[in-house]
Amino acid sequence: MKGEKSNELMTFLVEEVLRHGSDTLPAATEKRLSEIRREKPSVPVIYVSSGSAAVIAGSEKSAAAADLYLKEMGINGLIVMTGGHGPAVFEPLFSVQLPGKNRLVFRNITEDKVEVTLNGVFHNDMPDEDLVAQSGSTGFEAWYGIPFIEDIPFFKFQKRVVLENFGFYDPESIEEYIARGGYRSFLKTIRNYTHEEVCDIVERSGLRGRSGGGFTTGLKWKYALNSASDNRYLICNAKESDPGSYCDRSVLEGDPHRLIEGICIASYAIGASNAVIFLKTGSPHPFARLKNALDAAREYGVIGHNILSSGFNLDIIIREEAGAYVCGEETALIGSLEGKRGMPELKPPYPTSDGLYGKPTVINNVETLMNVPLIMARGPEWFRTMGTSNSKGTKLFSLGGRGRYTGLIEVEMGTTFRTIVEGISDGIRDGRAFKALQIGGPSGTFITNKNLDLTVDFEALREQGIAMGSGGLIIIDETTCMVDFVRFYMDFIHKESCGKCIPCREGTGRMLEILENIIRKPHNEDSNATLERFKGVMQLEIIASVMKDTSLCGLGQTAPNPFISALDNFREEFEEHIFDRRCRANVCRGLRTFSIDVDKCTGCTVCASKCPVNAIYGTRLQPFFIVDDKCIGCGICKDVCKFSAVTVR
Amino acid sequence: MKKIEDILGHYRAGSHESLIPILQDIQAEEGYLSENAIVQIGRFLEMSTTKIYGLATFYDRFRFIPSGKVHLRICDGTTCFINGSEAVINAIRENLGIEPGQTTRDGKFSYELTTCMGGCNEGPVINVGDNYHNHVKPEDIPELITKLKVLADLK
Repeated sequence: MKGEKSNELMTFLVEEVLRHGSDTLPAATEKRLSEIRREKPSVPVIYVSSGSAAVIAGSEKSAAAADLYLKEMGINGLIVMTGGHGPAVFEPLFSVQLPGKNRLVFRNITEDKVEVTLNGVFHNDMPDEDLVAQSGSTGFEAWYGIPFIEDIPFFKFQKRVVLENFGFYDPESIEEYIARGGYRSFLKTIRNYTHEEVCDIVERSGLRGRSGGGFTTGLKWKYALNSASDNRYLICNAKESDPGSYCDRSVLEGDPHRLIEGICIASYAIGASNAVIFLKTGSPHPFARLKNALDAAREYGVIGHNILSSGFNLDIIIREEAGAYVCGEETALIGSLEGKRGMPELKPPYPTSDGLYGKPTVINNVETLMNVPLIMARGPEWFRTMGTSNSKGTKLFSLGGRGRYTGLIEVEMGTTFRTIVEGISDGIRDGRAFKALQIGGPSGTFITNKNLDLTVDFEALREQGIAMGSGGLIIIDETTCMVDFVRFYMDFIHKESCGKCIPCREGTGRMLEILENIIRKPHNEDSNATLERFKGVMQLEIIASVMKDTSLCGLGQTAPNPFISALDNFREEFEEHIFDRRCRANVCRGLRTFSIDVDKCTGCTVCASKCPVNAIYGTRLQPFFIVDDKCIGCGICKDVCKFSAVTVR
Repeated sequence: MKKIEDILGHYRAGSHESLIPILQDIQAEEGYLSENAIVQIGRFLEMSTTKIYGLATFYDRFRFIPSGKVHLRICDGTTCFINGSEAVINAIRENLGIEPGQTTRDGKFSYELTTCMGGCNEGPVINVGDNYHNHVKPEDIPELITKLKVLADLK
């Protein structure tokens, strides 16, 4: 029975909606679509976030608990798993809509809190501390005394365009996507425009590649279209392995059909009949989502052979990367797809003329492609209304680190970073002081209080030597040591360097070694070793500049960026480490000195028995002492002492 | 043996570009790449095994020893690092006595480091099967490992 019903629905959507030639649909069709969109629900609907962040916080268990609750109480209601709403601090996020009323948004509804919360909603006795806001539009009854979601700082300063569907529909349901206007701009495109016209429209919109370089997307497509060849390829780069960024993944999970539609339009624009999604590995969740979405799209005939009798063929496949950071680079990515080691090649020739299997290939990032269906649907002029003179549209960031509110955010180009830190994130957690904002991951730079008024804009950032990068933003507070942080990135790059060119392979290793020396405790070091250590420190800046100038690809050229930028902004912190042997954030283990307060120590022997290197001596019931030469600075003694007798300097 | 043949059956013989997907499929099926598997792939794709091994070791997703009954994935992303993942990783290293990518002698445990799993607000995050352990502290590790040991014994 159910199969029959969904078949009927599919026929309706394909025949009455997708195959319908004009932009406006008959009223009867619109009415049915509105039902699929659940615009006026007649039963309570519970929306549960189901992105990676939510799953990790336990949303699947919460959804199961909610399902059980509805069954036990005999309430006829719906549970809809949606893409992540954005604020990771609120996960697992529940939003509940009672018929005719505005939606209520609840935060951190873990499995154990489900019953209390839902009881509250259904018996009009809201649990205050978990209730965040209400959201709704005209035609619904508002709740008294509950703030609207648009007024909450996290949402107030955002402009959600790519993320507009997030939290409203089930990303696993192609029906809902089509009911929200999905795939219609793709079909409009292949019905009404030639390949050149599509490239033109996208070029006119001013859309630029979102994965760092900021190249005009329409122009890139034109280059590929104008390269004479019998076959072309489109690659969607969803390999996001910057260690602190999850934009692409969240977008993939939250709205996979929009991405597929973007790929369809881009493939049509360049005349490609094969597209590849190059996906980050190790995350089964986005892979399954995307695969299901592709299967559904194939079933509906929006991808495949002779798409809805238009004569255009397109097949999309998913290829999982095998785990190499450098494969984010275009030529290395192509090498990896061809079954070789992912090592960058010299450019030119650019992939647009000589790419995958020697054919013209366009590589676009997930976020770029997500914008394309909207541009085709609403026109390039609409897109140009957003942003600054050179950078149009919006930008996604995955805001992480020590901010009060973190998560996936989308801001209009031209927003200042101060708005992001002080507005969207609402300052720093636990009332600590802001230190820096790290942008662009292991190849990025630091933005400090000094230049926090910079705007999100390709040119404005480039002038300051900052690359937009992949969209990772990490808020750092005073508890993070910059030297240690730079070492973490250098360690990452060193492991990921492909080894093809010497400056990157050797330079990263050498820089890592020197940075490790800075934060190491010089145990039993002879004078020669000390001299060598200092020589290294002196050479650090030279190595950085040589690597920047002579490395083959972007990975090596940008690898010293965090270090250079940290040195510019936090030179005194480096000097403290080197000359005073002191870490102001008390992070670097090697530089911590522990001592025992003789007045407080009771001689209980706990610290001495826990010390991994037996550096603590003393007689029972007498004050103990720590032998500094043996101490490795692990801090276990401080953690285990019940009398706070161990102090750290 | 049969399984590897089944997997190879999905691909075209001699197509070098299928090498990575083949390796991924075999690893998904068997948990690691055995010597035998590499020899078979070499025969199928008409490639030397050194080339295949060279490629497989270039990418860090491939393993050459079976993973433990309980496999831990520890997030080593930037936010988890800021929140103290390094101490957690060290605690695991000391507790299990193995490096990332290795398997304990009794075959019970193995672990790997991953970059950002997307749960930045919950970090440091450890993923075991379908379960996620959030806000892990180094002092929680001995208890966690003891708990997982029970799980490993059941498997």
